[in-house]
Amino acid sequence: MEPIIHFAPYTGWVYPNETVFEWSVLIAVYPYLTGLVAGAFTVSSLYQVFGFERLKPVAHLALLTSLSFMIFVPTPLLLHLGHPERAFNSTITPHLTSAMAMFGFFASFYVALLILEGWFAYRPFIVDQAQTKTGLLGKFYGLLTLGSHDVSEPVMRYDRKWIFALAVIGIPAAHGLHGYVGFMYGSLKSREWWSSDLMPVIFLFSAIISGVALLVVLYVASCKLRKIPVDAACVKGLAYTIWAFIMIAIVLEALAFANLVYKGREGIEMIMEYVTGPLLIPYFLLQFAIGMIVPLLWLSYMIWRGTTGRALVIGVTLCACLVLFSVFMMRWNVVIGGQELSKTGKGLLAYHMPFFGKEGALMAIVLTLAPLGLLYVLTRLFPPWADAATHAHS
Amino acid sequence: MKKEDSKPTLEARRAFLAKLGGAATCAGAVVGAATLGVIPAVSAKTETPSGGASFPTKDYDWTKHQWGFGVDATKCIGCLRCVEACKTENEVPRNAHQFRTWVERYVYLEGEKAVRIDSQQDPVNIQASGSEKEFRFANRYKDAKVEKAFFVPKLCNHCAHPACVQVCPVGATYKTEDGVVLIDHDYCIGCRYCVQACPYGARYFDEEKGVSDKCTWCYHRITKGLEPACVEVCPVGARVFGDQKDKQSPISLFIRNNRVQVLRPESGNAPNVFYVGIDKEVN
Repeated sequence: MEPIIHFAPYTGWVYPNETVFEWSVLIAVYPYLTGLVAGAFTVSSLYQVFGFERLKPVAHLALLTSLSFMIFVPTPLLLHLGHPERAFNSTITPHLTSAMAMFGFFASFYVALLILEGWFAYRPFIVDQAQTKTGLLGKFYGLLTLGSHDVSEPVMRYDRKWIFALAVIGIPAAHGLHGYVGFMYGSLKSREWWSSDLMPVIFLFSAIISGVALLVVLYVASCKLRKIPVDAACVKGLAYTIWAFIMIAIVLEALAFANLVYKGREGIEMIMEYVTGPLLIPYFLLQFAIGMIVPLLWLSYMIWRGTTGRALVIGVTLCACLVLFSVFMMRWNVVIGGQELSKTGKGLLAYHMPFFGKEGALMAIVLTLAPLGLLYVLTRLFPPWADAATHAHS
Repeated sequence: MKKEDSKPTLEARRAFLAKLGGAATCAGAVVGAATLGVIPAVSAKTETPSGGASFPTKDYDWTKHQWGFGVDATKCIGCLRCVEACKTENEVPRNAHQFRTWVERYVYLEGEKAVRIDSQQDPVNIQASGSEKEFRFANRYKDAKVEKAFFVPKLCNHCAHPACVQVCPVGATYKTEDGVVLIDHDYCIGCRYCVQACPYGARYFDEEKGVSDKCTWCYHRITKGLEPACVEVCPVGARVFGDQKDKQSPISLFIRNNRVQVLRPESGNAPNVFYVGIDKEVN
């Protein structure tokens, strides 16, 4: 029989109980998904609240993406719990001093908000479908109208007010949800690597760039699948958004690291040994150089040269892929990296990710891609494309 | 097309800023209001012990005791009987990765700047004991010139402001009225946030039970007037236990008669395990 305990090899001095990695790759997937939610919602809000017209082709796609990923956010946590059947204890009897206890409330509130905003945004489409479709699908849309079939201009004006208000509330909600995820790590005093006041904002800005990057990829892929031309202005708008936020993300993370090194508190020698050794490739090369600096320079070049058309679309899409990868590496370097640095400040551990199993690599990949499956179903039921009827009124 | 994209009108900018301001004000108001109410409730310093006078049995009143633990590192000989007794008494998994208590060995060799630290779980020590289920310190420094060496027993510090209790999302881990930090295994969801939050590495996750676990100062024994198992088996009296409310108890005398210190005082956790004879490298 396979031993239950998978202990980690280590060097130096680590506490005996530390030799088992308690937070696996799934705990890196969790903030990754939350970040994509917050980032995608930002794009939808840039259009709905701030009137960025050029983002119109992705506004509804952003909303559906946000919802699809949000529904899957709790799954890595549930799979990780020792007693998933008790998960609701944290919502029924929350321990108010715990940063984790509020998750159920924040997440439920946010899912409700996304569904409500989605309903308002899609109401004309739902009403239209309820009146034209027959059979089971007709009944489905009929049910979704909630008995409200009025799509006259005054009513639509009223709906738009709701959409605006929900989007306005959604911005602090989405960003709060993700900043809060960062707080869960940053507020722990047991690990120097996590214990940073900048952690919530670092999480937030990396979340925004990851969500925008995801939308670039999804939008371009959807255009290719639907065999329609890509709206270069929209891609450029998304590129500007990534460009602006990636700079902040880089500066924040660099500042946090500089702070850590400059303060040089107890355990800094081990941190330096770690970042210049095992973390050199995942942190400096993959997360920073390839995942952030390359996209920043590439995007800057394209903006400077006024690149447009196919070259722009390909360039921005590739940059977006790099950003998506970089942000995952950031989650990995925080969650796994934090545990590879011993609490003693005198030793290093090495995490070996199993491929199979409840908390293995395969599961992490499945959970990261599963929301795309849901998104596909949702786009069939509620086409988010700007050329469909759905945008006629919004 | 490019020009249209890059030059928004002044009105559009104004409208954008007005909306941005509105959104920021809303967010600020929500955060501000929430913060005022939440600050006192979530501070690490505000955990209130569970209430009730007579608990856990009708013969034991937890309001009448305040337990404390002392470690005299100058006495410890590293025999590891305490570890053995603890594993047996509390049914701690018999492996080299999960402990409610452990002993650290600090060795300064001549000509070396850095201290060498190991514990019974070190592979060399496990090899010496012959099994992960038995514990012994290997005589690995017998041919080296040792300048200074000592043992330090470790266990849960039962902090006055425990980080583990603060972060538990369901309140499954809690501080008792008599100063002990316990875990309700029937309520723990197994998220392991407490394991991460403990700066001392005192907690582990029991895979079979799906819950976190750690030292309870043998709560089932001390509430019946017995000593914790590790204290009882220590052949040299390196471990001291008692009621801090009783001025003549072993722990009260230990604290009064020695210059004691706690581990990682800067954490603000305010540990209740008091040490004598530890060195600067111990944390």
